[in-house]
Amino acid sequence: MSDWINTIVQGVLTGGLYALLAAGLSLSFGVMRIINIAHGDFAVLAAFIAIALAQWLGLNPAEALLLTLPLMAAVGYVLQRYILNRALGADVMRPLLVTFGFSIIIQNLLLEGFSATPRSLYAGNFGTSSVTLNAQIAIGYLPLTMMIVAVAILAGMQMLFSRTMLGRAFRAASDDPEVVRLMGVDNRHVYALAMALAMVMVGVAGVFLVLQSNTSPTDGPQNLLYAFESVIIGGLGSLWGTLAGGVILGVAQAIGAKFDPGWGTLAGHLCFLAVLAFRPNGLFPKTKDR
Amino acid sequence: MHSSPKLQLALQLLGLAVCAGAAIAAAAMPWWSARYTEQWTIEFLYTLALAQGWNLLAGYGGLLSVGQQAFIGVGGYLIVAIAVMGGLNPFVVVPIAGVACTVLAIPMAALLFRLRGPNFAVGTWVVAEVLRLVISNIDAVGGGSGTSITDALIGIPVWWRMSTTLWIALALGAGGTLIVYALLRSRLGLALTAVRDSEAAAASLGVSVTRVKWIVYLAAACWAGMTGALIFITKLRVAPDAAFSIDWMSTTFFVVVIGGIGTIEGPIIGTLVFFVLRGLLADYGSWYLVALGVIAIVFVLFIPKGVAGLLQDLTGASMFPVQRRAPR
Amino acid sequence: MSLLQTDQLLAYYGDFQALYGISLRLEEGETVALIGANGAGKSTFLKAITGLVKHGGGAVRFAGEDVSRTPAHKILAKGVALVPEGRRLFPSLSVEENLLMGGYAKRPGPWTLPRIYALFPALQAHAKRPATALSGGQQQMVAIGRALMSNPRLLLCDELSLGLAPIIIRDIYAAFPTIKGEGTSVLVVEQDTSQALKVADRVYCFQEGRISLEGRPADLTREQITQAYFGV
Repeated sequence: MSDWINTIVQGVLTGGLYALLAAGLSLSFGVMRIINIAHGDFAVLAAFIAIALAQWLGLNPAEALLLTLPLMAAVGYVLQRYILNRALGADVMRPLLVTFGFSIIIQNLLLEGFSATPRSLYAGNFGTSSVTLNAQIAIGYLPLTMMIVAVAILAGMQMLFSRTMLGRAFRAASDDPEVVRLMGVDNRHVYALAMALAMVMVGVAGVFLVLQSNTSPTDGPQNLLYAFESVIIGGLGSLWGTLAGGVILGVAQAIGAKFDPGWGTLAGHLCFLAVLAFRPNGLFPKTKDR
Repeated sequence: MHSSPKLQLALQLLGLAVCAGAAIAAAAMPWWSARYTEQWTIEFLYTLALAQGWNLLAGYGGLLSVGQQAFIGVGGYLIVAIAVMGGLNPFVVVPIAGVACTVLAIPMAALLFRLRGPNFAVGTWVVAEVLRLVISNIDAVGGGSGTSITDALIGIPVWWRMSTTLWIALALGAGGTLIVYALLRSRLGLALTAVRDSEAAAASLGVSVTRVKWIVYLAAACWAGMTGALIFITKLRVAPDAAFSIDWMSTTFFVVVIGGIGTIEGPIIGTLVFFVLRGLLADYGSWYLVALGVIAIVFVLFIPKGVAGLLQDLTGASMFPVQRRAPR
Repeated sequence: MSLLQTDQLLAYYGDFQALYGISLRLEEGETVALIGANGAGKSTFLKAITGLVKHGGGAVRFAGEDVSRTPAHKILAKGVALVPEGRRLFPSLSVEENLLMGGYAKRPGPWTLPRIYALFPALQAHAKRPATALSGGQQQMVAIGRALMSNPRLLLCDELSLGLAPIIIRDIYAAFPTIKGEGTSVLVVEQDTSQALKVADRVYCFQEGRISLEGRPADLTREQITQAYFGV
């Protein structure tokens, strides 16, 4: 019984990571109406940037993370402003193909720079110690931190969207990209800011990913799929739904892997397909339909 | 730009003549060509078949699938199930794979059509991953490491094996091109173009958008399934990671984007460009793939109509016009 | 110096020419009406001024400055605000957030949230509701308020009366004296001429992308206007 509880707790905490990944994906879909196929690859890119910084400069993981985030924000801003913005328009195929191109470029640059060997970032005692609730149930500091950070970031996003001028501009640009310009909003800049923000979230997720497990340059696509599934399970456009979606996916994977290590990912995918079959709008759809 | 009707007609006849000539020459390859060239031609033709399928799907049907590898992989594994384990001639499995993938595509479409636009794209990828993982967990077909299919080919003389493979590839690649061409010149073609340009407008004109999408999705699934079965006959071995690899889609995207989305000649030109680039650059490993990614992005952003579109703009004519022009 | 002056302005939608050389003036403090049938090019003219449609030749000068090449997101900072046709409120924003979006550029001036609520008291009670949940007339008030929040020198209004009952149209136009009282110049585009002629100092009539008539409402006869409007 208690190892089942352990399994579920692990799954819930992994859900924090997925929610972080998903929130970035959901932000770029919500504001720019694009799905960034390279989303997971950007997480892996952030992970490898952090590894490189930690090695070259002798930084600890937290310092490496703090240095990685502005880099990711800059990458996001520049790619959106000078490349992706040109692909926006009525045809949703163009951004899809451009980001698919990003995915191939990032994977192969990382393979060239770091080889195919999976790597991880060593978090010292912090990575291995845990809070012991009783003899059988232990919660690792690292997954717990990950969950807390995820909730904090999602709460921050919620505040940003509902309380700030930039958040309103994000929503308005998503609603009507033409009229929002008449309010003095340069939507190319606003889109670039949204992508920069998405990349910061992806950056945090990527560093936690590589702290938690070995990651290889070709792991991007699976992380894209986890992010996507969390968004759809939770319901498009709902931030807390996304967190719930990530948790449900994490638990499904943990339970699947408990039966057979080869079934973890599969169980997550099947959970997504089941939601699609029975609740196509997600489990927590936004009441306001737009 | 509008060309003179004479130039248009001449180009159309030229296109027809070149293609017919190339098809006849390819069909006769077993009697005149080196084995290496034959193998190259087979690969060219199955790449073309995949590209035309996706071109129809995305370029005309507006269905942005990133998951056609689902059907390629299923086609490959049907060779294992029916030919290797069941003892049937592997070439007979090719049409069976077509039927099987069409049937498989029905529940998939029912599920995936709930997702719109780019979400549909990622959804198709998830389904392909599900199939990959399921097959990786079946020990009878070799699990994650895959299995050899040479057993199924024992007893077929090499000349016959190569020749039959080539002819089927020709039917899939060139035949596929012809079928798409004929389809687009038909009433369904008009409906497809209407759906691609505006779903709402098409619906208001009485086109059943849903029906059109179903037809296109099932047709592309059927074609990818047959092509997948053929591909793995040539590869002699099938493993889940290779069979359900996203790389099939990367190649397809590259070919269609470079050649020109939504044109018939685009995938032909794109496949040629792809093979030339691969021949020149493949030794550079990862950098080669980086270069392909960069080239594809440049085309999407600055040459969205591809090489076929450039040619059409230059000459004002097309070898395979699918638009019907109003008489002037 | 006129506040707004266009010279031989042209505009195209692909192969279709929508404007054939529009030369128009609007003085500071003036209210000008553009009338004309559906498709006469009135909305295109507003879009060409604001940069939403790239114009195909001619010049636009605002307060003496050439704004022909000014992109849409920079025109507001110069003092031009548009109430677009069909209101185009942001559906995922509340009424108040829509108004606040109008103030995004933080142009200084007399208009603030409380003053907008004072101008359109009906809005205050609905401040937190989604903007598109309001009635058509109230939505139009939000659209006008949103434009005013940028404290424009020139307010462009596109088809305010479209789809609204006459009594509501009267309510909306009742706000005009207050708006003009702040020194704001107004350019109203209308298909329904009666309200426009009442508020306007001068009127231009558009027909098939050209100006077919210009003058003070008092100087124009009904026959002249009908002739210029329908071209019969």
